[in-house]
Amino acid sequence: MHGFISQISLPSLLQQILVGLSRTTILFIVASGLSLVLGVLRIPNLAHGSFYMIGAFLTYSVAAAVGGKAGFWVAMVAAPIGVALISLVMERGLFCHLYDREHLMLLLFTFSFTLVFGDLVKIIWGSDFRSVSIPPVFQGSLSIFGLPLPRYNLFLLVIGPLVALGLWILTQKTKIGKIARAAAVDREMVGAVGINVSLVFSAVFVIGCFLAGLGGALVAPTQNITQGMDHSIIMEAFLIVIVGGLGNIWGALLGALIFGLTDAVGILLWPQFAIVFPYAVVVTILMFRPRGLLKSTW
Amino acid sequence: MPDQKIDVQKIFWVMGIGLLFLLLPRFLPRFYVYLTALILLTGLLATSLNLVLGFGGMYQFHHAVFYGVGAYSLALMLTKSGLPVWTGFIAAPLISAIVGYIIGLICVRLSKLYFGMLQISLGSLVWAIVFRWYSFTGGDDGIHGIPLPKILSVSHGAYYFTLIITAISLYLMFRIVHSPFGRTFQAIRDNPERCEAIGIHVRRHQLAGEVIAGFFAGIAGTLFVTVEASVFPDLMFWTLSLEILIMCLLGGWFTFFGPMLGAAIMVILRTFVGIYTEYWTLILGIVLMLLIFFMPDGVLGMIQKAGGRGDGVKGNHRL
Repeated sequence: MHGFISQISLPSLLQQILVGLSRTTILFIVASGLSLVLGVLRIPNLAHGSFYMIGAFLTYSVAAAVGGKAGFWVAMVAAPIGVALISLVMERGLFCHLYDREHLMLLLFTFSFTLVFGDLVKIIWGSDFRSVSIPPVFQGSLSIFGLPLPRYNLFLLVIGPLVALGLWILTQKTKIGKIARAAAVDREMVGAVGINVSLVFSAVFVIGCFLAGLGGALVAPTQNITQGMDHSIIMEAFLIVIVGGLGNIWGALLGALIFGLTDAVGILLWPQFAIVFPYAVVVTILMFRPRGLLKSTW
Repeated sequence: MPDQKIDVQKIFWVMGIGLLFLLLPRFLPRFYVYLTALILLTGLLATSLNLVLGFGGMYQFHHAVFYGVGAYSLALMLTKSGLPVWTGFIAAPLISAIVGYIIGLICVRLSKLYFGMLQISLGSLVWAIVFRWYSFTGGDDGIHGIPLPKILSVSHGAYYFTLIITAISLYLMFRIVHSPFGRTFQAIRDNPERCEAIGIHVRRHQLAGEVIAGFFAGIAGTLFVTVEASVFPDLMFWTLSLEILIMCLLGGWFTFFGPMLGAAIMVILRTFVGIYTEYWTLILGIVLMLLIFFMPDGVLGMIQKAGGRGDGVKGNHRL
């Protein structure tokens, strides 16, 4: 125990932060989708984690089916779209009938999808580990300030801000985004001025789930794709969304940064308890700001 | 259950059911006795959740934490401490109650969904610590082969212990629900603003509810250790919390014995569906979907009616 902080050198800390930032990207993409759905539709969507997992498995299957260098890129596009299609069916078929229910019922309803998807994934892909290989372009490392950083992580670091920017444009600059924000505040009023709120909700839900699928596709080459990855990501995403402020996209970014960086630094400080750090930090923040750091849309 | 008059018929029923449970091991194979014990303790857990969920209207999303804390406290005391065995059985529910107090203290400042989400995050922290602290809690392996007092390991000892403790706990919870405190609690569920206005300290009541629910969940946890002689981190994973919620929904969460029934159905279904297929959760998910779709007002209808919020979309988003 003695002096275990002094063992940490500055380069290793910086490198760990860079790795943490790429993890942050994934967390942000998944959490922003969850936050969007939670903010506009007010559904605490537990099945969001399942979409992330399905996204990862679809990436594996598509990449394997197409094969070669193109496989990865086709999968990156096809997997999130596949997830979005599933969510569209789910929303139009079932969820759109339930919007006026209690949160508790909606939560349980999304949980029922978690159960069903969990087993369907097991039926379709089996219980073995799957992995997706990183395309040749992203293999190897780049040197940043003299520190080696895997090229794929760099790719993630570029994608993250792009998604954030895209979401910002979508919610602030486009018509559908404006309607969605208005509907989040008062959906009856939006309906009263002649807008089909139901379709807007559907679009928001699908976009949110698309982001979960995208997160799953992006994470696929970096880790084993397994059963149960839905259960761990959804809790992390929920904590990120709560700590950032429900429904606030920038809050999701802030939350993801807090979560990703404390996790990365925690690995250096005390590897065994690395996963405890982010939870502890989030809980500490929530003790002082129980409604999250940034303004919630609720 | 509006009046508590002593009802001969009711007493007859209670005695009959009690006798049935007492004689169960005489004519059932060992496995079914074990299953019954599992149903009893799971039912106790679900009933303790319903105390705050159904009767208090609190969004207790992570109830399994108290269950797990109770189970782990007992397991650790039995394996790691030299304390007399039975102190563990008394201390474990108290530790759960203390955890309930701490988590409650932080959470009752908020209501509804915020309450639930904050509770999930606090619960996840407890889970993460238990999951990782290999040297103390056994990490994700858990602790197995916990040495139990001799009286529990003899033939059907664990069953009778579970039966008696569950019966006493249910009786106590029944009395709590029908006490002035319980009535106030239900009034808070139906209209917190009005209760606040007439001088009821809403948060203090909710905190007390949390402690009581935590205590009884802790008892259920000790019973789990009694029956299974092992603990593992899944006992406080969030999916279990959701499963307990389903039990309450299934049985009906405005009735006292509903969650018990829900737990029985769940445990039995899981056991027997599990024989035929490994895809038990798929079936559970579909059952849950059907339940929510086709039994909509059977469960939450009363709360909405009582709170006067059956009116359209907007009313449901009050937090």
